[in-house]
Amino acid sequence: MMLKVENAVVRYGAITALHGISFEVNQGEVVTLLGANGAGKSTTLRMLSGLHAPSSGTITFEGQEITKVKAHLFTTMGISHVPEGRRIFPEMTVQENLEMGAFGRKDNYDDDMERMFTLFPILKDRRKQLGGNLSGGEQQMLAISRAMMSHPRLLLLDEPSMGLAPMIIDQIFGIIAEIRKSGTTVLVVEQNAAQALRLADRGYVMENGVIAFSDDASKLLHDPRIRAVYLGESIE
Amino acid sequence: MSYFTSHFSTFGHEFWGLLVGGVANGVVYAMVAIGYTMVYGVLRLINFAHSEIFTSGAFASFFLMKALVGGSTPTATESVIYVILGVLVGGLAGALAALALERVAYRPLRRRNAPKLAYLISAIGASYFLFNFYGKEFGRINLSMDAPFTNNTVFTIFGAPVQMYYIVIVIVGVIMLVSLDRFVAKSKLGRGIRAVAQDAETASLMGVNIDRTISLTFVLGGFLGGVAGFLFAIPIGVVYTMGFTPALKAFSAAVLGGIGNLRGAVIGGLLLGIVESFSVAFFDGVYIDVVAFAVLVLVLMVRPTGILGERLGRSA
Ligand SMILES: Nc1ncnc2c1ncn2[C@@H]1O[C@H](COP(=O)(O)OP(=O)(O)OP(=O)(O)O)[C@@H](O)[C@H]1O
Ligand SMILES: [Mg+2]
Repeated sequence: MMLKVENAVVRYGAITALHGISFEVNQGEVVTLLGANGAGKSTTLRMLSGLHAPSSGTITFEGQEITKVKAHLFTTMGISHVPEGRRIFPEMTVQENLEMGAFGRKDNYDDDMERMFTLFPILKDRRKQLGGNLSGGEQQMLAISRAMMSHPRLLLLDEPSMGLAPMIIDQIFGIIAEIRKSGTTVLVVEQNAAQALRLADRGYVMENGVIAFSDDASKLLHDPRIRAVYLGESIE
Repeated sequence: MSYFTSHFSTFGHEFWGLLVGGVANGVVYAMVAIGYTMVYGVLRLINFAHSEIFTSGAFASFFLMKALVGGSTPTATESVIYVILGVLVGGLAGALAALALERVAYRPLRRRNAPKLAYLISAIGASYFLFNFYGKEFGRINLSMDAPFTNNTVFTIFGAPVQMYYIVIVIVGVIMLVSLDRFVAKSKLGRGIRAVAQDAETASLMGVNIDRTISLTFVLGGFLGGVAGFLFAIPIGVVYTMGFTPALKAFSAAVLGGIGNLRGAVIGGLLLGIVESFSVAFFDGVYIDVVAFAVLVLVLMVRPTGILGERLGRSA
């Protein structure tokens, strides 16, 4: 098991956002985390990259307990996070954004930069442009490549399809499939449940800060509870 | 009528001399303004104790000059060495004061997510503590500095004499300002500073240690502020309250150029220095600050975010 979360509680002051959640991610899997707005999906990812330490519970990554590790140490540990809303550095060029992704590395990363440019030729064309001037789709590609610059073994993606046109969404999901093929484990939060479940091996469904249920992705895709709430169908 | 004609007639004659003096003062303001702007860039707060960082640099280099020069007349080689040592010691004193200030006055508040007002009070407290401490330790009178070089006229431009003091300020200042600009724009640590200024949380996801980056920002701004204190003290000496006015002006220069913007701080500093200098040609010397601040208010009325606008993120 690559990642194991046990009874994690996260509070924002007086508000409890996660009420003791437990789940796991295996090496090589794509796991999706589904749930309505405010269910606690982003909070879960933020907890997994050290932005919010849980007030109780434990997180174990590759056999090591990482519950209290600080955010800036995660990339060197092998976990990279593509945050909700992409969070590109707007006043840095595309190239500088990619360099930021490799901030924790001490070795030479020119090859990786070239690999990202081969994967996303549009980023190469725009390498001298400011991140803030890119389109939403380009920013998402940049956010994903920036995260890949640290060679993560676990990639956390928070709503990569948010606000993008259907064609671009397909492209982004294609990229996630590629990333998984290259051996990186993926935990992806999505509102776009159908597409996420088609890509994923397993899924967890969150409601109000707890994990309501979980199953293989193929089964969840046909689960009436999912179809009713997330795929906009009524239960017959 | 006669007032203006008489002033205008001397103006042409004095132009170059006023420009040189204005640029030199402007460079000093710029070096102090950089400290305000960098801290604002990463923390969105005004470090009102920056005046004491300036004073720390001045006192440290004052004692160094006392030990090195001690009333002698330095040779040319000695002068160069003394200036370099003065820059290093003044800068390090400023950097250390800034580092300590961040640790003692700001970091505990940051840990507790304190409101901005708490930082302001903490800064005022630290500032009072520091300058009164200097007053108590070193006396409350002005002490003149042992000159690291002889301030003779090196050359003239259009009849206006240019003294060694101005040349030293401009050389040291330009080296400092250009190095800092390049460091922030091109180095990895500089990129870390810009990342924190643009989006601190995301910077930490990239592996940037925010605490260390904030310390680095204070150290860099503190170093330049300390060097400015040394340069400022060479002709007029040191006194415990010496930081107040130049720092207030440098803060204004930072706002004038666009707070949070490195090049804005330099432009604001130079502009303020030059305006001050030329105001003497048109108005009585006692109006120097009135004119300077009138210009500040006018510029801000037209461009409320300063000449270049707010942003440290820019690499430029
Ligand atoms: N910084 C914060 N301070 C206080 N409460 C917060 C904060 N961030 C999130 N919350 C609360 O925690 C709960 C979970 O929020 P979270 O952002 O994790 O939800 P989400 O599932 O990602 O929702 P969305 O689909 O809208 O992104 C919500 O009730 C939210 O209001
Ligand atoms: Mg969210």
